[in-house]
Amino acid sequence: MNETTGTPGPDRVASAEQIGLSAREAAAIPPPDAARLAPRAAPPRDVASWARKIDRLEVDPREGVRGTNVAGRRLTGPVQGFGKMWQKTYRMNAGPDITPEQAIATWREHFPEFWPKGNRFAGALTGINPGDVALLDLAIGGGVKLSTGVFVLYADAESFTLMTPQGHMFAGWITFSAERSGDATMVQAQVLMRANDPLYEVSMVVAGHRKEDKFWTATLTALGQRLGVADPAVEVRSTCVDSRRQWRHTSNIWHNSMVRSVLQTLTFRRGVNAQPSG
Amino acid sequence: MSAPAITMDVRRVGEKTAVVDIKGEVTAACEPVLMSAYEAAGGSATSRLVLNFGGLEYMNSGGIGMLVTLLVRANRQHQQLAAYGLSEHYREIFELTRLDEAITIYDSEESALNGAVR
Repeated sequence: MNETTGTPGPDRVASAEQIGLSAREAAAIPPPDAARLAPRAAPPRDVASWARKIDRLEVDPREGVRGTNVAGRRLTGPVQGFGKMWQKTYRMNAGPDITPEQAIATWREHFPEFWPKGNRFAGALTGINPGDVALLDLAIGGGVKLSTGVFVLYADAESFTLMTPQGHMFAGWITFSAERSGDATMVQAQVLMRANDPLYEVSMVVAGHRKEDKFWTATLTALGQRLGVADPAVEVRSTCVDSRRQWRHTSNIWHNSMVRSVLQTLTFRRGVNAQPSG
Repeated sequence: MSAPAITMDVRRVGEKTAVVDIKGEVTAACEPVLMSAYEAAGGSATSRLVLNFGGLEYMNSGGIGMLVTLLVRANRQHQQLAAYGLSEHYREIFELTRLDEAITIYDSEESALNGAVR
């Protein structure tokens, strides 16, 4: 105990003169632990919510999906896409009894269960977490499944975001979020995207946008039912953010997962037919 | 949507360049603040817009989406976007989302203003 101050401390402290320091040295040299104990800038609180940087996707095989067209692909955002840039918002009133955190926790944990029939989302068993890669088989008609994937870019208690790889229908991300608005919790999925290549751009205009609207409306409706919303109503809003096409990204068509999925399906069927029967 | 915890102050540096000093949290909620800063910095006379992220405290995926929207507006006006002051963490997010392919990242204000190779 320091006798002068009454605070805990070393029993005896040598003076500067006793240990051979000049007055200047005594004033200039910090205590040995000062550097170690100096406050360091705390990491931002979003660090754990973001996926770690990757260059190309790595995937583990998952049951129930073909799992092609994902491994080795790069991620693509709206900057890398080809078509017009759209912001599409699907919004549902989840009522007053559900908190945003509850809504997002349910969505993250049971994400694949809310998808429309015929489509498969094979993610991690633990739900949606930053850095996960999920494999998708999407019904595109004619008995063909489009095999692609998504990367979990960001996830926290009130939102999570999926980003698409090369070859996906669109380059961009989908953010799922919930927030309190007045007395109710509003849940929404918001897509910021460009069709990945000219073929997808044509497909989006012909039927893709309509299909996508149906897909996310059905997903939000299923989520609403799980959350106990009596009659879930989904509001759809589409805005063309940039009407220009990025022609320099025409070559994205090389990775087109729809074309590759059709070829993979044909190859698989030919292989099955070629096998000797009996 | 809650009020954004952010300030964006605009400085003009020369005739054709403006710097936006961003302090606080970049989320989708701060879009009106960013767009009014863009209006203050913009105009056809501005050809280079430099974002100073030295005061960035937090950013979620909504914030990244908002920067893409800003990028579209800048491209429409044939303006270049540059950034500096990003910590290692946020620099990696720019690289992960491949936003760094459209918004050039620099180590300092001086290099961002000059457009020097980082």
